[in-house]
Formats: sequence, structure tokens, C-alpha cells
Amino acid sequence: MIKTVCSRGKIVAKTGNEVMAEAMRQIEPDVVAAYPITPATEIVQIFSQFVADGIIKSEFVAVESEHSAMSTTIAASAAGARAMTATSSQGLSLMWEMLYIASGLRLPVVMAEVNRALSAPINIHGDQSDTMGARDSGWIQIYSENSQEAYDNMIQSIRIAEKAKLPAFVTTDGFIISHCMEVVEVYPDVDVKAFIGEYKPDRYLLDVKNPYTLGSIDLQDYYFEHRYQLAKAMTDAKDIILDVADDFKETFGREYGLYEKYMIDDAEIAIVVIGSVAGTSKVVVKELRKRGIKAGLLKIRVYRPFPSYQIAKDLKRIKAVAILDKADSCSGAFGPIYSDVAASLCSIGMVSSCPKIVNYVYGLGGREINTDHIFSIYEKLKKIVLGVENFSNKIEYINVRIK
Amino acid sequence: MSKKMIEVRWHGRGGQGAKTAALLFAETLLATGKYIQAFPEYGPERMGAPVQSFNRISDEIITIHSGITNPNYVVILDSSLMNSVNVTYGVDNNGKIIVNTSLNSQDIVKKLGVLTNQVCVINASKIALETIGKDIPNTPMLGALVKVIGALNIDDVLENIRVKLMTKFRHKPEVIEGNLTSIKRAFDEVC
Repeated sequence: MIKTVCSRGKIVAKTGNEVMAEAMRQIEPDVVAAYPITPATEIVQIFSQFVADGIIKSEFVAVESEHSAMSTTIAASAAGARAMTATSSQGLSLMWEMLYIASGLRLPVVMAEVNRALSAPINIHGDQSDTMGARDSGWIQIYSENSQEAYDNMIQSIRIAEKAKLPAFVTTDGFIISHCMEVVEVYPDVDVKAFIGEYKPDRYLLDVKNPYTLGSIDLQDYYFEHRYQLAKAMTDAKDIILDVADDFKETFGREYGLYEKYMIDDAEIAIVVIGSVAGTSKVVVKELRKRGIKAGLLKIRVYRPFPSYQIAKDLKRIKAVAILDKADSCSGAFGPIYSDVAASLCSIGMVSSCPKIVNYVYGLGGREINTDHIFSIYEKLKKIVLGVENFSNKIEYINVRIK
Repeated sequence: MSKKMIEVRWHGRGGQGAKTAALLFAETLLATGKYIQAFPEYGPERMGAPVQSFNRISDEIITIHSGITNPNYVVILDSSLMNSVNVTYGVDNNGKIIVNTSLNSQDIVKKLGVLTNQVCVINASKIALETIGKDIPNTPMLGALVKVIGALNIDDVLENIRVKLMTKFRHKPEVIEGNLTSIKRAFDEVC
């Protein structure tokens, strides 16, 4: 979050779920189909109340599962409607095959997602295993540090998805943001509606004058071309996201990029994070700066498409970097964000003079991560730079009991 | 982290309104120009089970999103929790503990093993029964907390809570007045 330069909104106290529901009210999509799941339930509960009270004209479809929720939004979107849903964890898992249908059919479905651990063991608290697992599904993934960002990201995601012809989801960290009340600036309905504009799809199934085929079988002759187009659309979405962010800044005064650089330009040591822990880490960076230590932070906002080249350029001259994953790939190697950042650094020819990079996994199942943990990471980076400690070539786990 | 930041931990039992109190407190202080956070600790949610909720209050933007482990203020809605929950956990010698109890503060000091000036007592249940007609101590405890923190203006707080309650209970004005009186009384009587 970057400070307001042209505040025209109202300052309110709201939780992450409340602001996501508020954004959905202002967006007023044609169709919302959803199934409740902790900790995302409130989003659709509040939204369905808006519908029941006649405040908005959206069609709310109370479906019997998340698979049906995604199927319904896909169908509505294909028919030409602006369609949204919300889910978390097991709900996202149950949508799995339909996630790929939404992106493969190039339908701009937008979803509010609250990050939560995956079963088993069953756990309702926040980690990013659910959406990290969906990283290859062809969905644009936008992560939020706090409630303000969740609200702003929801508004922007409508335009991004519709322009890119890709589905998009916006996430918050389960409970840490979804259930935390904090200060949010909400904008007037009329300004939000003007910003997102009317949805005018190029083509849609209910356009009977211009019939076309959607979802037909696609074998060796054309499947590859269509998948290439999907991959290219994801690459091209980076510019779309930046364009929308420019407009957003002009309209509402808050600045967003693909990622946020926090005291990174002259940093010697830095961490790369996604989500709410960025806010906690900023407190640590500020404190370290006061002590004369050149610490920095890079917060990834848009994880898909991954701002590979840009991030590599910003990290390349830093001496030691810790990459924090709130999900474990169980790959026998590294976590998802580490893998993307490491590959990005290599791709710009940085193999030999690459920063020393360390992968940390933290917070699984909602395990606490506080400023002390973050301090210890920077401490380790300092030692790596001084050469008094080697950098680990395997995942380091934070705040876990290991025998 | 910041010296200006105030952190509060509420202890209650499921159904007593510890979460509501934290949310109401945060919303009220927002209206007085503070940055705030309010969040509950989610565990097994059962009526009567020990629950906690938290507040952060600051003059600056709050970016930290970890749990609160060293609160400046602890508010105990149900004194029986002192027998089963470590309510002083993480509280240093400057921390204040506000207890809803009919006992005097010396009894609580002995029970908790803290310094004399750390404990404030208020019979919030009695005040709630007399002003609201029900044993819901969370709103009077707000008044006690505002007094103990000291840096907050009670009139601003009352006015903002009135506005909040008016939208929620516009058909029951007696509820609004009862709650406001309970807050004011607790503010005056806490010691």
C-alpha cells in the first residue's frame, strides 16, 4: 500500500472479507455462484445479503459445491455475463478441473480467494498452499498485503481479466487479513463503476446473430496453438496490469505495480515475500535501516503472470536474498516462489555472479511468523554476506519443531 | 514495535462479546483519527470456552500483521478465566490488567502475582445488569479500558459509539442509552 495522493473515498474500519464483499457490491457482476467455505464464507454471505436486500441486481446462484460454482461462473461468462465467485482451500481444490476450463476458454471470471492450508491434516488457517498449487492453471494471481490492497485489487482485477481475456483471482491471507478489521479507504460507487466500465465481450454465446463454437475438441492439429495463445496472453497481461494500475492511480490515488520495492534500490540484503507478512517485514526493514543495515524487501503482488525479467533485474546486485514461501511444493527441491525467482535470475545470465539466495518456508497451517523470525532471517543474510556462514542449498524452515 | 503503538488483548468466554468489544473499540478509535486493527484468535468456537481478541492502536499506519504476544493492556471479561488461562502471559511490568470482578485490586494482584499498580478492577457485570439489564460486560469494559489507557477522549468515544449503536438499534433507544451509561459508569468507577 502506498499513501493516498488524491483521497476521494471514505475511511472505514473493515475486515478483508468485508472489503472484498464491498468491492463485489460496487462491481455488481451479472452473476455470482458460490459455495461457503471458511475463511472465505463471509464474502459471499455478505454479498448474498446485498442481493437479498435488493441493493444490487446481481443473480446469486447458491450451488451445491465449488465445482458447480466454477462451472456456473464459466457458463455465465461464456454466455456474456460478468461473473464472479469466492472460495478458499478445499473449495479451490474442488474447482480444479474447472479452473483450467475457465482459462482455456479464455473467460474473464474473477474470484476472491482467501488463502488457507490444504487438508490433510485438516486446518482452517492461512497458508498459500491452495493458490500456489493453482499456479499453472492459467489464472492471473494477484496477492494482497492488507485489506486496502484486497479492495483495490478486486476493482482492478475486473478490468485486467476482461482486457486480457483471462480469469483472475485476488487473494488475502486467511484470518490474518480476512478476519482482521483495519482502516480502509473505500471509494464512491459511481467512481468504481466508472472505473470498471460496462462489460462488452467481443463475442458471447447468447449473441444469436453471431453464433460460434466454444469448448469443442481440439487435437494435434490446433490444441498446441491454442495453448500457445493462452501462454502468450499471460505474458501480455503484464502490460495490461500496469496500464490498469496507471489508471487506478490517476483515479483513486494509490500506486500499484507487478511487485512493490521497499527500500530495495540500495539494499545489500533483501527478502522476497508475498502477502501479509510483507507488512510485518516492513517494520523490521525500517528498524534495520535505523541501525544502518542496508536491508530491503521485494513484495510480489502479481505472481501470475510472473514479473520474471523485472524482478531479476532488481535483485541482481543484491548480495544475499531470502525467498519466503508460505507453501511447500514437497518437490524434494524448493518452494514455488524460490523456484521462479531463481530461474529468473539465471535467465538474465546471472548464474555466476547471482546473489546468494536462500529459500525459507514459513507459516504453514497458520503458524505464527513475527518480527523476531524476520530479524533472524536478515541476521542470517548478513552472516552470508560477511562470509561467516554458508548459504544453505536446501529449504530452511522457520518456527517449526524438527527432530 | 513502534513505541507509540498500543496493543490490547481481550480475554473472554465464547458468547461474552470479546470479539465484538475489540471490533467496536477499533471502529470507535478510527473515528477519533487513529489507525487501528482488531482481530480475534480463532480456535474451537464454543459457548463458554476461553477466547481471545486483540487490538492495535497507533497514530501511524499499522503494517504489522503478526499476533500480539506482549500486550500493553489485558482486559479480562470473566474473572474465572484467571484460574484456567495464563492471562498475564507476555505482560511486562509496565503492562496493565483490567479485570471484571467484585474483588478489590489487592486480591487480584495476589492472585496474578503482578505489581500493585498493574491491576485495575471494575465490577462491569454489576454495571451491565444495572444499566443494560443483562450480564454483558463487554461495553462497560470499553469504558474502563479508555480510562486506563488515558490518552483517549471519553466524550469522543461515547459520541462515536452512540453513532454506531444508533444504526444498529434505532428501534430500541433504551439499549443505546443503557450501553452508553454503562461505558460512562465504568470509566468513572474503574480503579
